[in-house]
Amino acid sequence: MVDACYAQPLTVDDLARAAGLSRAHFSREFRRVFGESPHAYLLTRRLERAAALLRATDRPVVEICFAVGLRSVGSFTTSFTRAYGVTPTAYRASFPPASHYALIPSCVLRAHGRPQHRTFREDDGTSRS
Amino acid sequence: MVKISFAGVWVHDQDEALAFYTEKLGWELRADVTLPELGGYRWLTVGPPDQPDVSLLLNAIPEPPVIDAATSDQIRSLMAKGWAGNVLLTTDDAQASYEELTARGIEFTESPEERPYGIDCAFRDPSGNQFRLTQVSEAAVA
Repeated sequence: MVDACYAQPLTVDDLARAAGLSRAHFSREFRRVFGESPHAYLLTRRLERAAALLRATDRPVVEICFAVGLRSVGSFTTSFTRAYGVTPTAYRASFPPASHYALIPSCVLRAHGRPQHRTFREDDGTSRS
Repeated sequence: MVKISFAGVWVHDQDEALAFYTEKLGWELRADVTLPELGGYRWLTVGPPDQPDVSLLLNAIPEPPVIDAATSDQIRSLMAKGWAGNVLLTTDDAQASYEELTARGIEFTESPEERPYGIDCAFRDPSGNQFRLTQVSEAAVA
């Protein structure tokens, strides 16, 4: 559920309810099985997604924060910096631009790289013959 | 081993398509990059969260000078008729997926039905691309 729904404003209460357990019991059992609290797991999952989006998209940091289900840019920046050692902006800057990673095939590059302004007379049907 | 990494569909509006695939179908955004040097070409990919090595490319229909206007029109015409492409999806439980996706606003063109190979249903994305969602029977997999 966390993996599928991290982008929604999920809380630990929602997870406990879905599991049919009280919040305290759910948190205790979750920690026993997975080694970390459900809150920490959810946050980690969101930060991993945010890191992937910082690398693979050119979207603003604010948009990425909301896209992974977090509501406050301030606490996103703080948590991200704690997890990755750098701010989201610095993290992005440490990688080549997302366009370097995009596996855009050469046929697309050729087609879309064609000159946008054509000046050949034959294109407008006014060639002098 | 040769594997599938990306497959593409044409879409009328990339933002509308992205909202459909992420908010209704429940997939995740993989890459979203706009390249000014390619006339604003936008590389936009999505995929199922638990299938990280396969992505669907949501391609805007190219216009001149990338391709000629007649070809752009042909693509739009095929999309309108539902013949511009097919994507086949699988699920563990066709009825449950059908109900969940219907609740999220996906309009199905076929409700779940028993077939020799399993139970399947079908829907179209906002651009008219046909998707078949199948719960493959164990006999068909073996």
